[in-house]
Amino acid sequence: MPTPSNNPPLLEVKHLRVEFPTRHGTLLAVDDVSFDIAPGEVLGVVGESGAGKSLTGNAIIGLLEPPGRIAAGEIRLEGRRIDNLPYEEMRKVRGARIGAIFQDPLTSLNPLYSIGRQLVETIQTHLSLSTAEARKRALDLLKEVGIPGAENRIGHYPHQFSGGMRQRVVIALALCAGPRLIVADEPTTALDVSIQAQIIALLKRLCREHGTAVMLVTHDMGVIAETADRVAVMYAGRIAEIGPVRDVVKHARHPYTKGLMGSIPSLGVRHDKLTQIDGAMPRLTEIPPGCAFNPRCDFRGQRCLNERPELMLAGASRAACWLHDRGGVGAPVSKETVDA
Amino acid sequence: MLAFILRRLFQSIAVLLTVGLVAFSLFRYVGDPINAMVGQDTSMEEREELRTKLGLNDSPVIQFSRFIYNASRGNFGLSYRTSEPVGRMILERVPATLELSFCAALFALFVGVPMGVYTGLYPRHWTSRLFQAVSLIGISLPTFLIGILLILIFAVSLHWLPSFGRGETVQLGWWTTNFLTLSGLKALILPSITLGLFQLTLLMRLVRSEMLEVMRTDYIKFARARGLTNRAINFGHALKNTLVPVITVAGLQLGALIAFAIVTETVFAWPGVGQLFIQSVQFSDIPVMAAYLLLIGLLFVLINLVVDLLYFAVDPRLRSLGARAAGH
Amino acid sequence: MATDSATKSTSAGWLHRVADSDIWWSFKSSPMTIVAAIATIFIIVVAFLSPVLAPHTPFDPATLSLSDGLKPPVLVSQDGDWTFPLGTDDQGRDVLSSIMYGTRLSLEVGFFSVIVAMLIGISLGLVSGYLGGTVDAVIMRIADVQLTFPAILVALLIDGVVRGIISVQRHDEIALFVIVGAIGLSFWVQYARTVRGSVMVEKNKEYVQAARVIGLSPVLIMVRHVLPNVTGPVLVIATINLGLAIITEATLSFLGVGLPSTEPSLGTLIRLGNEVLQSGDWWITVFPGITLAVLVLAVNLLGDWLRDALNPKLR
Repeated sequence: MPTPSNNPPLLEVKHLRVEFPTRHGTLLAVDDVSFDIAPGEVLGVVGESGAGKSLTGNAIIGLLEPPGRIAAGEIRLEGRRIDNLPYEEMRKVRGARIGAIFQDPLTSLNPLYSIGRQLVETIQTHLSLSTAEARKRALDLLKEVGIPGAENRIGHYPHQFSGGMRQRVVIALALCAGPRLIVADEPTTALDVSIQAQIIALLKRLCREHGTAVMLVTHDMGVIAETADRVAVMYAGRIAEIGPVRDVVKHARHPYTKGLMGSIPSLGVRHDKLTQIDGAMPRLTEIPPGCAFNPRCDFRGQRCLNERPELMLAGASRAACWLHDRGGVGAPVSKETVDA
Repeated sequence: MLAFILRRLFQSIAVLLTVGLVAFSLFRYVGDPINAMVGQDTSMEEREELRTKLGLNDSPVIQFSRFIYNASRGNFGLSYRTSEPVGRMILERVPATLELSFCAALFALFVGVPMGVYTGLYPRHWTSRLFQAVSLIGISLPTFLIGILLILIFAVSLHWLPSFGRGETVQLGWWTTNFLTLSGLKALILPSITLGLFQLTLLMRLVRSEMLEVMRTDYIKFARARGLTNRAINFGHALKNTLVPVITVAGLQLGALIAFAIVTETVFAWPGVGQLFIQSVQFSDIPVMAAYLLLIGLLFVLINLVVDLLYFAVDPRLRSLGARAAGH
Repeated sequence: MATDSATKSTSAGWLHRVADSDIWWSFKSSPMTIVAAIATIFIIVVAFLSPVLAPHTPFDPATLSLSDGLKPPVLVSQDGDWTFPLGTDDQGRDVLSSIMYGTRLSLEVGFFSVIVAMLIGISLGLVSGYLGGTVDAVIMRIADVQLTFPAILVALLIDGVVRGIISVQRHDEIALFVIVGAIGLSFWVQYARTVRGSVMVEKNKEYVQAARVIGLSPVLIMVRHVLPNVTGPVLVIATINLGLAIITEATLSFLGVGLPSTEPSLGTLIRLGNEVLQSGDWWITVFPGITLAVLVLAVNLLGDWLRDALNPKLR
């Protein structure tokens, strides 16, 4: 198991800010987010829709859609800054050093080209191999991801595969140029539940075998618990908590994470009632001052209303919550009833 | 796949028959064919005689079949206006219209599609915005106005190009062509541009909007995420996906061009089938109208069929329709 | 992006919603659209007030005198005078006034033919979708056949047929109705298809069957639910059609089978002017031509904007 403290980090994200200028003003979709990923590590990034996880992923691979833009912060890959690279330089990084997998395998593949052609094209873009060599590599990859009868199917078109098979092809495409990091954005959400486990297992195995790190973005905590080494919980564009998976799941330190864990049913445990967090994540235009979570928090105090907490040590993880600061939260402030 | 072709053929025949029915009804029931053919003082008995002789008192079904049979052999009766055989009149003028439409189509295709691709790839560049503005004007101006404008500038003011007529033509068998003489070629320029401009702007806008749509798709995003070069993305992936739906429209436009030639031929006094049709409408020359209708219907049905088949050949998804998708 | 205003249903609240809505904002932020809207409104107002505003009555033969004929526009030559600012045609008719009346006719035909097309299309779509079966099949077959032909061809055909049935004089008198009918009949198909699609979707929903059980007329219920759904797409089609209808009418008139010279639209005027174009009297054609172009351009711009504003994909 990779230990982050020993190796120099593969990916460093420091104080990333992603903004969207709109007619209502500038929206801050990712607000001062920092984290590292070690070589070979699987970092899960979990949160509700709109929490900013996909945008963080897009920013890292340099595919933020305008008018969104990186307003501040740094992203470094193996020590080298990649957030400010010109397009052509970043293009070379994509695919060869950072790969990406998106949610819907059907729309991710060009329906008019065979998967073999799409594979060979990607391989030849980054590696100087002859077409025959590239084709061989493509075939090997297809076999690795578990496509049966790869020799026959390499000339097939995407619509001739089922959903799970397509996602395997997508994984092959993402890995074919040998990247060190894969950003996987909801890779299993569009798949049948029975297939999801297979794909996750495949991803995990491949990355382990190739030594590839993964940033796994999802809203499904169960997937994270199975797969990730560490997990970052995002809320309203900020990281609420980050730490080793076992620690965060079993001993959540941030009240939001506690609420999330409590809302997951588990077999064999009797629940009288699933925990529900009152209220909803605020819209980007309505983020409250101080701690973004405070209106929904049972433990809030005066400090939470006014001062925004940074990530601070909380056991084996770090959490952005004044509860873990020596100064505490200040005088308790009761939660007003919030309209759901 | 065979089932698909058969079904389309069937549909085409059905449409053709319907068109034939409309043409026939026009022919037979609008106005009185007898009145158009005889003088004022022909007696009632003589008219009745004529009617029976021409088979106008037979049952509608027989008349319809006769009509179709005659039509298939190019016999459409005599024009009310000139008393010439309609079939021959149309045949003489077909080459003029076809050559004109062909040139206009080439113009629309080879200028419109590249412009559309360009404005789709670089939508914010000022040249794109300029093309956009021009295209809006192209769509708003009626064809005849464009023709008049071009005549005003290039013929009346500058005297570079002729303002009407076909120029010198060369006879090849039953076909007359413009392409072999300089004056013929010159005469083709203004009418082709006029006829093709509307279709050009249509094509350009279509290609542009398809291109913009395609550039927003997930597979383009994934292609970028894999680090493919801009060239590979723009001209490999995006272009191919854009052109597939454009094929249908471009094909259908050929038919529209032949029909719209009506206006252009009138403006430029181009002796084609379209001009003939207008004259027939003005004079209520029903046989010519019916014949033109049938011919155009046939043409469109054929073009639609070919385009559908083309679509089949180009999009691999359609080819597997019916074949079971393998895989788990 | 959802609007942030309150959703109270008071009239003041409604106005607030409009003012704050995305549509208004996209309107305000596009100068071309604003210009187009102003131009369109200006043209419409001037056209419909033409009996009041026009300096002459060009179609009352009593007021014409041939000595005024073929005067060029006032700014171009020494011959012109301000009574005829844009010149006159060969009969002494003032071009400016002709344009005003002509624009009115062009607009009338345009609007009414779109309305006729909508009425025919929506009713046929409702009938076809609701009744299904043979009725639906027949109507859709007719639609398919008609779609094979460009609208102008259909309009020409209808006009030719009418001409064959009634005499030339009568035809001129009712030309307006014939043209509106012809153009309307050539554009109904798209409306019918859209409405039919919507009806077929709604027809199978449970509330329709429930209504049947209660004894309410399911037709009425469906109309109440279907029509709001189709308003958007129908409006989009209508905006495209309006520009097309105006162009089609102008083309028909230019070809000599539209509005006659006793009641000329812009297209007719252009035709009349075209006959003297070769001799250099350009103003008789060019000014109506410019007016037509500006009108259709403005309508198309507005239509473009409306389509983009109503398009949920672009929000």
